[in-house]
Amino acid sequence: MTMDFSRDKPIYSQLVDRICGDILKGKLQLGDRLPSVREYAVETGVNVNTVQRVYKELEAMNITETKRGQGTFITSNEERIELLREEMKNQLAENFLTSIEALGFSKEEMLVVLKNKA
Amino acid sequence: MLQLSNVSFQYKKKPVLQDLSFSFPIGQIIGLVGENGSGKSTLMKVLAGLLRPTAGEITLEGEPVTRRSADKIAYLPDTDLFFEYYTGEQLFQHYASQFEDFSYDKACIVAQFLQVDTRTKLRQLSKGNRGRMKMAATLGREVPYYVMDEPFAGLDPIVREQLIKGLIQFTDIENQTILLSTHELYEVEPILDQIILLQAGSIMAYENVETLRDVANKDAVEWMKGFYRPSVKNSDS
Repeated sequence: MTMDFSRDKPIYSQLVDRICGDILKGKLQLGDRLPSVREYAVETGVNVNTVQRVYKELEAMNITETKRGQGTFITSNEERIELLREEMKNQLAENFLTSIEALGFSKEEMLVVLKNKA
Repeated sequence: MLQLSNVSFQYKKKPVLQDLSFSFPIGQIIGLVGENGSGKSTLMKVLAGLLRPTAGEITLEGEPVTRRSADKIAYLPDTDLFFEYYTGEQLFQHYASQFEDFSYDKACIVAQFLQVDTRTKLRQLSKGNRGRMKMAATLGREVPYYVMDEPFAGLDPIVREQLIKGLIQFTDIENQTILLSTHELYEVEPILDQIILLQAGSIMAYENVETLRDVANKDAVEWMKGFYRPSVKNSDS
Protein backbone atom coordinates (compact mmCIF):
# COMPACT_ATOMS: atom_id res chain seq x y z
CA MET A 1 0.00 0.00 0.00
CA THR A 2 1.23 3.47 -0.85
CA MET A 3 2.22 5.44 2.23
CA ASP A 4 0.76 8.67 3.45
CA PHE A 5 3.43 11.19 4.22
CA SER A 6 3.25 14.10 6.59
CA ARG A 7 3.62 17.39 4.84
CA ASP A 8 6.44 19.12 6.66
CA LYS A 9 9.24 16.56 6.61
CA PRO A 10 11.30 15.24 3.72
CA ILE A 11 9.92 11.98 2.39
CA TYR A 12 13.30 10.25 2.64
CA SER A 13 13.54 10.96 6.37
CA GLN A 14 9.99 9.69 6.92
CA LEU A 15 11.00 6.44 5.23
CA VAL A 16 14.17 6.20 7.34
CA ASP A 17 11.97 6.59 10.43
CA ARG A 18 9.59 3.96 9.14
CA ILE A 19 12.32 1.37 8.62
CA CYS A 20 13.83 2.15 12.02
CA GLY A 21 10.35 1.79 13.51
CA ASP A 22 9.90 -1.58 11.81
CA ILE A 23 13.17 -2.74 13.37
CA LEU A 24 12.09 -1.70 16.86
CA LYS A 25 8.68 -3.32 16.40
CA GLY A 26 10.37 -6.52 15.32
CA LYS A 27 8.80 -6.42 11.86
CA LEU A 28 12.37 -6.32 10.60
CA GLN A 29 14.92 -8.49 12.39
CA LEU A 30 18.68 -8.36 12.70
CA GLY A 31 20.27 -9.57 9.48
CA ASP A 32 17.04 -9.36 7.44
CA ARG A 33 17.37 -8.49 3.80
CA LEU A 34 15.66 -5.29 2.70
CA PRO A 35 13.74 -5.19 -0.59
CA SER A 36 15.63 -3.84 -3.59
CA VAL A 37 15.48 -0.09 -4.12
CA ARG A 38 12.94 -0.46 -6.90
CA GLU A 39 10.78 -2.93 -4.98
CA TYR A 40 10.65 -0.62 -2.01
CA ALA A 41 9.92 2.37 -4.26
CA VAL A 42 6.98 0.57 -5.85
CA GLU A 43 5.75 -0.66 -2.46
CA THR A 44 5.75 2.80 -0.88
CA GLY A 45 4.90 4.72 -4.08
CA VAL A 46 7.93 7.01 -4.02
CA ASN A 47 10.65 7.94 -6.45
CA VAL A 48 13.58 5.53 -6.88
CA ASN A 49 16.03 8.38 -6.20
CA THR A 50 14.34 8.96 -2.84
CA VAL A 51 14.69 5.31 -1.83
CA GLN A 52 18.32 5.36 -2.87
CA ARG A 53 18.79 8.23 -0.48
CA VAL A 54 16.97 6.33 2.27
CA TYR A 55 19.26 3.32 1.86
CA LYS A 56 22.34 5.52 1.80
CA GLU A 57 21.21 7.26 4.99
CA LEU A 58 20.55 3.97 6.78
CA GLU A 59 23.96 2.72 5.79
CA ALA A 60 25.62 5.91 7.02
CA MET A 61 23.80 5.38 10.33
CA ASN A 62 25.22 1.81 10.41
CA ILE A 63 21.69 0.45 10.62
CA THR A 64 22.14 -1.49 7.40
CA GLU A 65 25.03 -2.95 5.50
CA THR A 66 25.31 -3.67 1.81
CA LYS A 67 26.78 -6.96 0.73
CA ARG A 68 28.13 -6.78 -2.75
CA GLY A 69 25.88 -8.55 -5.20
CA GLN A 70 23.50 -9.69 -2.48
CA GLY A 71 21.64 -6.59 -1.41
CA THR A 72 21.07 -4.50 1.67
CA PHE A 73 20.68 -6.12 5.09
CA ILE A 74 19.75 -4.92 8.56
CA THR A 75 22.89 -4.92 10.67
CA SER A 76 23.44 -7.93 12.87
CA ASN A 77 25.13 -5.72 15.44
CA GLU A 78 22.82 -5.84 18.46
CA GLU A 79 24.53 -2.90 20.16
CA ARG A 80 23.68 -0.67 17.23
CA ILE A 81 20.02 -1.61 17.47
CA GLU A 82 20.09 -1.07 21.24
CA LEU A 83 21.47 2.40 20.53
CA LEU A 84 18.72 2.95 17.98
CA ARG A 85 16.14 2.21 20.68
CA GLU A 86 17.70 4.88 22.85
CA GLU A 87 17.84 7.35 19.96
CA MET A 88 14.19 6.78 19.12
CA LYS A 89 13.18 7.18 22.76
CA ASN A 90 15.00 10.47 22.92
CA GLN A 91 13.46 11.65 19.70
CA LEU A 92 9.96 10.80 20.94
CA ALA A 93 10.62 12.63 24.19
CA GLU A 94 11.88 15.68 22.36
CA ASN A 95 8.86 15.76 20.06
CA PHE A 96 6.64 15.47 23.11
CA LEU A 97 8.41 18.32 24.88
CA THR A 98 8.06 20.52 21.83
CA SER A 99 4.33 19.86 21.65
CA ILE A 100 3.64 20.49 25.32
CA GLU A 101 5.76 23.63 25.29
CA ALA A 102 3.74 24.93 22.37
CA LEU A 103 0.58 24.56 24.46
CA GLY A 104 2.17 26.01 27.59
CA PHE A 105 2.15 22.83 29.73
CA SER A 106 5.02 22.17 32.08
CA LYS A 107 7.04 18.98 32.14
CA GLU A 108 6.06 18.44 35.76
CA GLU A 109 2.31 18.60 35.25
CA MET A 110 2.58 16.31 32.23
CA LEU A 111 4.60 13.80 34.25
CA VAL A 112 1.71 13.52 36.68
CA VAL A 113 -0.68 12.83 33.81
CA LEU A 114 1.70 10.28 32.30
CA LYS A 115 2.03 8.40 35.57
CA ASN A 116 -1.73 8.32 36.13
CA LYS A 117 -2.26 6.98 32.62
CA ALA A 118 -0.49 3.74 33.43
CA MET B 1 20.00 17.10 -22.16
CA LEU B 2 16.75 18.71 -23.26
CA GLN B 3 17.09 22.45 -23.37
CA LEU B 4 14.81 25.40 -24.01
CA SER B 5 16.38 28.69 -25.05
CA ASN B 6 14.16 31.78 -25.11
CA VAL B 7 11.21 29.76 -26.37
CA SER B 8 7.95 31.57 -27.08
CA PHE B 9 4.79 30.27 -28.64
CA GLN B 10 1.83 32.22 -29.94
CA TYR B 11 -1.54 30.90 -30.91
CA LYS B 12 -3.34 33.29 -33.27
CA LYS B 13 -1.24 36.16 -31.98
CA LYS B 14 -2.08 35.28 -28.41
CA PRO B 15 1.09 34.56 -26.45
CA VAL B 16 0.92 31.13 -24.77
CA LEU B 17 4.56 30.60 -23.84
CA GLN B 18 6.76 33.56 -23.12
CA ASP B 19 10.52 33.49 -23.40
CA LEU B 20 11.18 30.22 -21.61
CA SER B 21 14.73 29.11 -20.96
CA PHE B 22 15.35 25.91 -19.07
CA SER B 23 17.55 22.80 -19.01
CA PHE B 24 15.88 19.57 -18.01
CA PRO B 25 18.23 17.54 -15.84
CA ILE B 26 18.72 13.88 -16.76
CA GLY B 27 17.58 11.10 -14.49
CA GLN B 28 14.78 12.93 -12.75
CA ILE B 29 11.05 12.92 -12.55
CA ILE B 30 9.90 16.48 -13.03
CA GLY B 31 6.38 17.67 -12.30
CA LEU B 32 4.91 20.50 -14.34
CA VAL B 33 2.17 22.30 -12.45
CA GLY B 34 0.10 25.40 -12.96
CA GLU B 35 -3.54 26.37 -13.36
CA ASN B 36 -5.56 25.60 -16.47
CA GLY B 37 -4.47 27.76 -19.36
CA SER B 38 -1.00 28.41 -17.96
CA GLY B 39 0.58 26.76 -21.01
CA LYS B 40 1.46 23.28 -19.70
CA SER B 41 0.03 21.31 -22.64
CA THR B 42 1.53 23.69 -25.16
CA LEU B 43 4.93 23.46 -23.50
CA MET B 44 4.77 19.67 -23.61
CA LYS B 45 3.82 19.64 -27.27
CA VAL B 46 6.62 22.04 -28.08
CA LEU B 47 9.07 19.86 -26.15
CA ALA B 48 7.90 16.74 -27.94
CA GLY B 49 8.39 18.45 -31.29
CA LEU B 50 4.68 18.45 -32.11
CA LEU B 51 4.41 22.23 -32.19
CA ARG B 52 7.08 24.52 -33.49
CA PRO B 53 7.92 27.46 -31.24
CA THR B 54 7.23 30.92 -32.62
CA ALA B 55 10.62 32.05 -31.36
CA GLY B 56 13.58 30.51 -29.63
CA GLU B 57 15.11 27.07 -29.83
CA ILE B 58 14.70 23.65 -28.28
CA THR B 59 17.60 21.26 -28.43
CA LEU B 60 18.02 17.65 -27.44
CA GLU B 61 21.62 16.65 -26.88
CA GLY B 62 22.59 19.67 -28.95
CA GLU B 63 20.32 18.88 -31.92
CA PRO B 64 17.23 20.97 -32.66
CA VAL B 65 13.99 19.23 -31.69
CA THR B 66 11.63 18.52 -34.59
CA ARG B 67 8.92 15.97 -35.25
CA ARG B 68 11.73 13.52 -35.92
CA SER B 69 12.86 13.82 -32.30
CA ALA B 70 10.01 11.45 -31.57
CA ASP B 71 12.58 8.68 -31.59
CA LYS B 72 14.04 10.03 -28.34
CA ILE B 73 10.92 11.46 -26.72
CA ALA B 74 7.80 9.46 -25.90
CA TYR B 75 4.76 11.69 -25.67
CA LEU B 76 1.59 10.76 -23.81
CA PRO B 77 -1.29 12.94 -25.03
CA ASP B 78 -4.00 14.17 -22.71
CA THR B 79 -6.81 13.17 -25.08
CA ASP B 80 -9.09 10.44 -23.84
CA LEU B 81 -10.25 9.28 -27.27
CA PHE B 82 -7.04 7.72 -28.37
CA PHE B 83 -7.05 5.14 -31.20
CA GLU B 84 -10.51 4.20 -30.02
CA TYR B 85 -11.16 1.55 -32.67
CA TYR B 86 -8.03 -0.41 -31.81
CA THR B 87 -7.71 -3.10 -29.21
CA GLY B 88 -4.74 -2.82 -26.87
CA GLU B 89 -2.88 -5.39 -28.94
CA GLN B 90 -3.56 -3.45 -32.14
CA LEU B 91 -2.51 -0.24 -30.43
CA PHE B 92 0.79 -1.85 -29.44
CA GLN B 93 1.27 -3.19 -32.97
CA HIS B 94 0.68 0.30 -34.29
CA TYR B 95 3.23 1.73 -31.87
CA ALA B 96 5.68 -1.00 -32.89
CA SER B 97 5.26 0.01 -36.54
CA GLN B 98 5.86 3.68 -35.71
CA PHE B 99 8.67 3.51 -33.19
CA GLU B 100 11.77 1.37 -33.51
CA ASP B 101 12.35 1.58 -29.77
CA PHE B 102 8.92 0.15 -28.94
CA SER B 103 8.86 -3.20 -27.17
CA TYR B 104 5.60 -5.02 -27.72
CA ASP B 105 6.47 -7.41 -24.91
CA LYS B 106 7.21 -4.67 -22.44
CA ALA B 107 3.93 -2.91 -23.28
CA CYS B 108 2.07 -6.19 -22.62
CA ILE B 109 3.91 -6.64 -19.32
CA VAL B 110 2.98 -3.10 -18.28
CA ALA B 111 -0.64 -3.70 -19.31
CA GLN B 112 -0.64 -6.85 -17.21
CA PHE B 113 0.87 -5.00 -14.25
CA LEU B 114 -1.88 -2.38 -14.62
CA GLN B 115 -4.47 -5.14 -14.97
CA VAL B 116 -6.01 -4.04 -18.22
CA ASP B 117 -7.23 -6.36 -20.95
CA THR B 118 -5.41 -5.88 -24.26
CA ARG B 119 -8.03 -7.66 -26.38
CA THR B 120 -10.85 -5.17 -25.89
CA LYS B 121 -11.36 -2.18 -28.15
CA LEU B 122 -10.27 1.01 -26.45
CA ARG B 123 -13.69 2.51 -27.14
CA GLN B 124 -15.28 -0.20 -25.02
CA LEU B 125 -12.93 0.29 -22.11
CA SER B 126 -13.69 2.46 -19.11
CA LYS B 127 -11.90 5.77 -18.87
CA GLY B 128 -9.62 4.33 -16.22
CA ASN B 129 -8.68 1.42 -18.46
CA ARG B 130 -8.02 3.74 -21.38
CA GLY B 131 -5.71 5.71 -19.09
CA ARG B 132 -3.94 2.47 -18.20
CA MET B 133 -3.60 1.48 -21.84
CA LYS B 134 -2.20 4.86 -22.79
CA MET B 135 0.41 4.48 -20.04
CA ALA B 136 1.28 0.92 -21.16
CA ALA B 137 1.77 2.07 -24.75
CA THR B 138 3.94 4.99 -23.64
CA LEU B 139 6.09 2.94 -21.27
CA GLY B 140 6.47 0.31 -23.98
CA ARG B 141 8.85 2.73 -25.60
CA GLU B 142 12.49 2.71 -24.49
CA VAL B 143 13.52 6.33 -24.81
CA PRO B 144 15.59 8.78 -22.76
CA TYR B 145 12.64 11.20 -22.36
CA TYR B 146 9.00 10.74 -21.52
CA VAL B 147 6.70 13.72 -21.79
CA MET B 148 3.31 12.97 -20.24
CA ASP B 149 0.42 15.39 -20.44
CA GLU B 150 -1.91 14.83 -17.47
CA PRO B 151 -1.48 11.06 -17.22
CA PHE B 152 -3.64 10.93 -14.07
CA ALA B 153 -6.40 13.43 -14.94
CA GLY B 154 -9.96 12.34 -14.39
CA LEU B 155 -9.00 8.92 -13.03
CA ASP B 156 -10.03 7.49 -9.69
CA PRO B 157 -7.51 7.18 -6.83
CA ILE B 158 -7.01 3.43 -7.35
CA VAL B 159 -6.09 3.89 -11.00
CA ARG B 160 -3.86 6.85 -10.14
CA GLU B 161 -1.99 4.81 -7.56
CA GLN B 162 -1.53 1.96 -10.02
CA LEU B 163 -0.25 4.26 -12.75
CA ILE B 164 2.19 5.84 -10.32
CA LYS B 165 3.49 2.41 -9.37
CA GLY B 166 3.73 1.45 -13.03
CA LEU B 167 5.81 4.54 -13.67
CA ILE B 168 8.21 3.60 -10.87
CA GLN B 169 8.39 -0.03 -11.90
CA PHE B 170 8.93 0.43 -15.61
CA THR B 171 11.24 3.39 -15.95
CA ASP B 172 14.94 3.49 -15.30
CA ILE B 173 15.60 6.78 -13.60
CA GLU B 174 19.34 6.54 -14.03
CA ASN B 175 18.96 6.85 -17.78
CA GLN B 176 15.53 8.29 -18.31
CA THR B 177 13.88 11.59 -17.58
CA ILE B 178 10.15 12.03 -17.11
CA LEU B 179 8.31 15.30 -17.40
CA LEU B 180 4.68 15.06 -16.42
CA SER B 181 1.99 17.64 -15.91
CA THR B 182 -0.55 17.16 -13.17
CA HIS B 183 -3.20 18.76 -11.02
CA GLU B 184 -3.04 15.87 -8.53
CA LEU B 185 0.05 17.28 -6.89
CA TYR B 186 -0.62 15.95 -3.41
CA GLU B 187 -0.67 12.37 -4.65
CA VAL B 188 2.04 12.71 -7.25
CA GLU B 189 4.58 14.59 -5.14
CA PRO B 190 6.21 11.44 -3.67
CA ILE B 191 7.48 10.43 -7.10
CA LEU B 192 8.75 13.88 -8.11
CA ASP B 193 12.35 15.03 -7.85
CA GLN B 194 11.73 18.50 -9.17
CA ILE B 195 8.77 20.73 -9.70
CA ILE B 196 8.18 23.52 -12.19
CA LEU B 197 5.40 26.04 -11.75
CA LEU B 198 4.09 27.62 -14.92
CA GLN B 199 2.08 30.82 -14.70
CA ALA B 200 0.72 32.67 -17.74
CA GLY B 201 3.25 30.99 -20.01
CA SER B 202 6.30 31.72 -17.88
CA ILE B 203 8.28 29.57 -15.48
CA MET B 204 7.42 31.17 -12.13
CA ALA B 205 9.42 28.81 -9.96
CA TYR B 206 11.49 25.66 -10.01
CA GLU B 207 12.40 23.64 -6.93
CA ASN B 208 13.69 20.35 -5.64
CA VAL B 209 10.76 18.77 -3.83
CA GLU B 210 12.74 17.31 -0.92
CA THR B 211 14.52 20.62 -0.43
CA LEU B 212 11.15 22.34 -0.07
CA ARG B 213 10.25 20.03 2.78
CA ASP B 214 13.70 20.13 4.30
CA VAL B 215 14.34 23.85 4.18
CA ALA B 216 10.93 25.46 3.97
CA ASN B 217 9.00 22.75 5.88
CA LYS B 218 6.42 22.81 3.14
CA ASP B 219 5.08 20.20 0.85
CA ALA B 220 4.70 20.97 -2.83
CA VAL B 221 1.01 21.84 -2.52
CA GLU B 222 1.68 24.45 0.18
CA TRP B 223 4.56 25.81 -1.84
CA MET B 224 2.42 26.15 -4.94
CA LYS B 225 -0.44 27.83 -3.06
CA GLY B 226 2.01 30.49 -1.96
CA PHE B 227 2.17 31.74 -5.53
CA TYR B 228 -1.56 32.23 -5.79
CA ARG B 229 -2.55 33.43 -2.33
CA PRO B 230 -3.08 37.17 -2.15
CA SER B 231 -0.37 38.49 0.14
CA VAL B 232 -2.12 38.90 3.48
CA LYS B 233 -0.02 39.30 6.59
CA ASN B 234 -0.20 36.56 9.23
CA SER B 235 -2.31 34.31 7.03
CA ASP B 236 -1.36 31.18 8.85
CA SER B 237 -3.88 28.66 7.59
